Amino acid sequence: MSFLDVMNVYPLIGVLLFIVLSPLVGGIIFGIDRIITARMQGRVGPPVLQPLYDIFKLFEKEKMVIHESQNFWIFGYLIFMIITGALFFGGSDILLVIFALTLAHVALILGAFSSGSPYAHIGAERELIQLMAVEPMIIIAAVGFYEVTGSFNTLDIISSGSPLILVLPGIFIGFVYILTVKLRKSPFDISTSHHAHQELVRGLNTEFAGSTLGMVELAHLYETAILLGFIFLFFGLAAPIIGLIVVALIYLIEIFVDNATSRVKWGLMFKSCWIVTAVLGVVNLMALYLI
Amino acid sequence: MESIIFLILFPLFAGVIMLALPNGRGRDSFVNFAGVVTCIGSLYLLYEYFGKGAQFFFVDGTFIDPLITVAEIAIGLFIIGMSLKFRKYLIAVLAACQMALITYTDVVFEPSHYAGYDLFIDEFSLIMTVIIGVIGSLICIYATGYMKTYQEHHKDVKDKRPLFFFLMFLFLSAMFGIVFSNNIMWLFLFWEITTLCSFLLIAYAGDEISWKNGFWALLLNVIGGVAFAGGIFFINAFSSGSDIYLNELLTSSPGIALVAATFIGFAGLTKSAQFPFSSWLVGAMVAPTPVSALLHSSTMVKAGVYVIVRFAPVFEANLIGIAFAFIGAITFLTASAIAISQSNAKKVLAYSTIANLGLVVACAGIGTEEAVWAAILLIIFHAVAKSLLFLSVGSVENQKHSKDIEDMGGLIAAMPKVALMMLIGMAGMFLAPFGMLISKWASIHAFVNAIPPFGMLLIAIIAYGSGITVFFWTKWMGRILEVRTEREPLETEASKPEMRAILTLGALTVLACLIFPLISYTMIEPYTHTIYNSVSPLLSLSNEIIMLFMVVVVILLPVSLFHFAKGRTLRRQYMGARVSEVSGEHLRFLGSMGVMKEAELSNYYFEGIFGEEKLNRAGVLSTILIIVMLFALVSWFVPLEVIM
Amino acid sequence: MAYITKSPWIIHYDASSCNGCDIEVLACLTPLYDIERFGIINTGNPKHADVFLVTGGVNEQNRPVIKNIYRQMPKPNVVVAIGACALSGGVFRECYNIAGGVDKLIPVDVYVPGCSAKPEAIIDGVVKALGILEKKREAMKKEAGN
Ligand code: SF4
Repeated sequence: MSFLDVMNVYPLIGVLLFIVLSPLVGGIIFGIDRIITARMQGRVGPPVLQPLYDIFKLFEKEKMVIHESQNFWIFGYLIFMIITGALFFGGSDILLVIFALTLAHVALILGAFSSGSPYAHIGAERELIQLMAVEPMIIIAAVGFYEVTGSFNTLDIISSGSPLILVLPGIFIGFVYILTVKLRKSPFDISTSHHAHQELVRGLNTEFAGSTLGMVELAHLYETAILLGFIFLFFGLAAPIIGLIVVALIYLIEIFVDNATSRVKWGLMFKSCWIVTAVLGVVNLMALYLI
Repeated sequence: MESIIFLILFPLFAGVIMLALPNGRGRDSFVNFAGVVTCIGSLYLLYEYFGKGAQFFFVDGTFIDPLITVAEIAIGLFIIGMSLKFRKYLIAVLAACQMALITYTDVVFEPSHYAGYDLFIDEFSLIMTVIIGVIGSLICIYATGYMKTYQEHHKDVKDKRPLFFFLMFLFLSAMFGIVFSNNIMWLFLFWEITTLCSFLLIAYAGDEISWKNGFWALLLNVIGGVAFAGGIFFINAFSSGSDIYLNELLTSSPGIALVAATFIGFAGLTKSAQFPFSSWLVGAMVAPTPVSALLHSSTMVKAGVYVIVRFAPVFEANLIGIAFAFIGAITFLTASAIAISQSNAKKVLAYSTIANLGLVVACAGIGTEEAVWAAILLIIFHAVAKSLLFLSVGSVENQKHSKDIEDMGGLIAAMPKVALMMLIGMAGMFLAPFGMLISKWASIHAFVNAIPPFGMLLIAIIAYGSGITVFFWTKWMGRILEVRTEREPLETEASKPEMRAILTLGALTVLACLIFPLISYTMIEPYTHTIYNSVSPLLSLSNEIIMLFMVVVVILLPVSLFHFAKGRTLRRQYMGARVSEVSGEHLRFLGSMGVMKEAELSNYYFEGIFGEEKLNRAGVLSTILIIVMLFALVSWFVPLEVIM
Repeated sequence: MAYITKSPWIIHYDASSCNGCDIEVLACLTPLYDIERFGIINTGNPKHADVFLVTGGVNEQNRPVIKNIYRQMPKPNVVVAIGACALSGGVFRECYNIAGGVDKLIPVDVYVPGCSAKPEAIIDGVVKALGILEKKREAMKKEAGN
């Protein structure tokens, strides 16, 4: 039985694999990320599993909150991130995936807002700007998939006959551009950053302590798996090996950009995302009619 | 049929009686009674005609048709009189034009002698009936409590409450008339009544700005009225006659149907406050909140989109439809963007209404089956969620004496019930498993198949617009949730009738999200299937299950609060560790010279990027351009038909 | 083994030191010492931190700050006092506004002497603190069990 048959018969397998494996895979990716970053700075860096240790540790700590309802939002964030991934890897409608992803982020932002802290407030506002900046590109990418494959279902998209990147190069580049925002990588890590632990205190994450922060980090691992899966869709099962290589390459480039650039102001981030979406995404979409 | 006529006439008579009743308990209970009867009446209608498909009724017109002509002339004269009195000559001229057109049509073509069904009902009308009946009467009930407080707070406003309630109920009756009329001449009369009522309600406060905005609304709607009258004139002059009946018109030759649809659709654009006519709806904010709620959710603007959606099949796959779709899409994008820069809660709601109606118009302009399906869902969800939001904001305004979003910080602590309802309403407006998002999802599905390159451009507009929507709703939600210090909840959040209406609407919003597959299956799909002669279900079962699953998750999530409330250590916000945790002076910063400064939080508004004036200008100009092109396109069709 | 020892995040506060010790603390982050090898991250937020590094002799202005930071750190947490000043006030001991040691205000778990303390000593101190952290974690678990 080929991979596709398996997925058709048991979409649950994809979902289960996602739920179990992506924290591990995401953790290892982040660990490698940290090691490479360290090497680029002439350091040795932490163990590969360090991001997972961090999360485990956070769950060991005292549960400290500002008020009780704060954790509720973050729990919602985690749950909806998992649902998003389950929908994505379960082969369902990609627009639903995108909307569920938005819902998850809104929950995170509301959690930050509800703390009532000035630092978290600024972080939440900035996260919102990021959300607004990337949303058009993601929807356009989904529509691009539809235009080529005739279906919104991720299962149909991934099993398309030829790699989608051949006809969607603009959308691909545009998506990689906003990926920087989504992965919270410099120069677009404006709401909260992996490196800058002291700037605006921690932005969005300032008021999340212990297991709350652990849930945020865990959800971020899930999100990374979803985003990289999204990139893989551009290649699909028509060119799986190349797809995996490109996904790895893209992530390496992100690490490089992360280390080589300094943060920009939100205005530049926001405007450039929208312009890239318009120039690469929309034009690519229109060009599909000419081909 | 009796129940239909009852629904049209009962609010009218009830309104007339209210005109005679003095302020006080008696009138309030009568308003409640009339509201409940209207509500039950519309539900009974649902029960009576549920699953029966389209039904047409013949009414003996010998007596009614002259009455309608007289009523139309009376309304025209009243408008002319008012505008002359206030020296608004342009309105007078336009109203005179419109009256002349209609009278000429009546006298020369005698449309009344055609035999046809004057009234009808189908699933779409039924949906509209329930929206008008339930939400409209809830708003009227809310108004009894609200207006009392309003008059107490606004001593300078003359107490014209009998007139107010008369107009509210007249409005409902006219709306019922619109959705039941098969005869376009009748439809036009009810249409004019809504124009008139909205004008008088907007100007209720009677001060200068109210009159000004009232007349502005009147002007734009009269422009639409002229177009409507022009459309009626066209149908009578150039077609076989029986086309003045909606069901005939929709199936008549594309020349007639399309031209008529363009004219009447144009009128719909003015009424549903699409760009370039959107300004009247924003101006209408000067009216008391129940009026805004009524105008925005169940009446007026819904009348506008109702006719456009009715004509949607005519728009399918042609450039005129695309032009409408673009007006709608541009309205969606521009109005959402303007909403970002507004801090006045009612204005944000107004712009979001305009935006959502834009989405409806865009769907109707595409005119495919899926698009119409999405449009009707949008109408339903928008009606419940928006009325809920308006009423909640109205109650907050009565308590806090401010409708500024910045003043709503930590509302969840001060007014938990109302704030929770607001959150439900907002979630309903843009979040995933809830209503509007399903419709947005459906509309993207519908647009991908629209005429190429236009479909893609529309999608791009929707994609940007949806990012913007997320922004302005979330920041408002955040503001409500942002509890900075412990605060005691208010003793009473709102008067009893207000609370009753708000809670009911909140429950309805959740209910609509839960049973929307049922609504779709039993009402919307039968409607689209008859119109488009198809059988395919529009929403695949698996997606339905996913959405329902998500709704259930959202509803169950609060249960986790019980877990999270236990065993937590409570600590204050981190303030650079400068301020003592223990002495309650948290949320301050140490300024220079040892002065403690209170931390002020406020949202981003991006005046520079999303400034109201700038975007309004862009939206108005681009849509005017499209309207010019629209009529240029239509003129292609007219001569052909006339020659033939 | 508790994971807390594998990922101790620190917060560093300068309680009116001469900046000598602070520079040494930051030197630990440099490629030469690279404390990230041990999973250590220098956070700027007590709510995320496990280890509290304090330098300096604590003057009047610093007192409430130190207390607040300590209070906002979720348990289990440890305090490491770095440099002669943080231990006892050091050369500033006799100043009118100096508390003379961090342990006058909050319980200190590890004392790292030196003027200034060497980076190696600081790393040693933090590693020593890890053992204490683990013990505190066990105690916490037991308490939760009861
Ligand atoms: S111990 Fe020495 S180097 Fe460190 S802060 Fe005190 S005086 Fe400066």
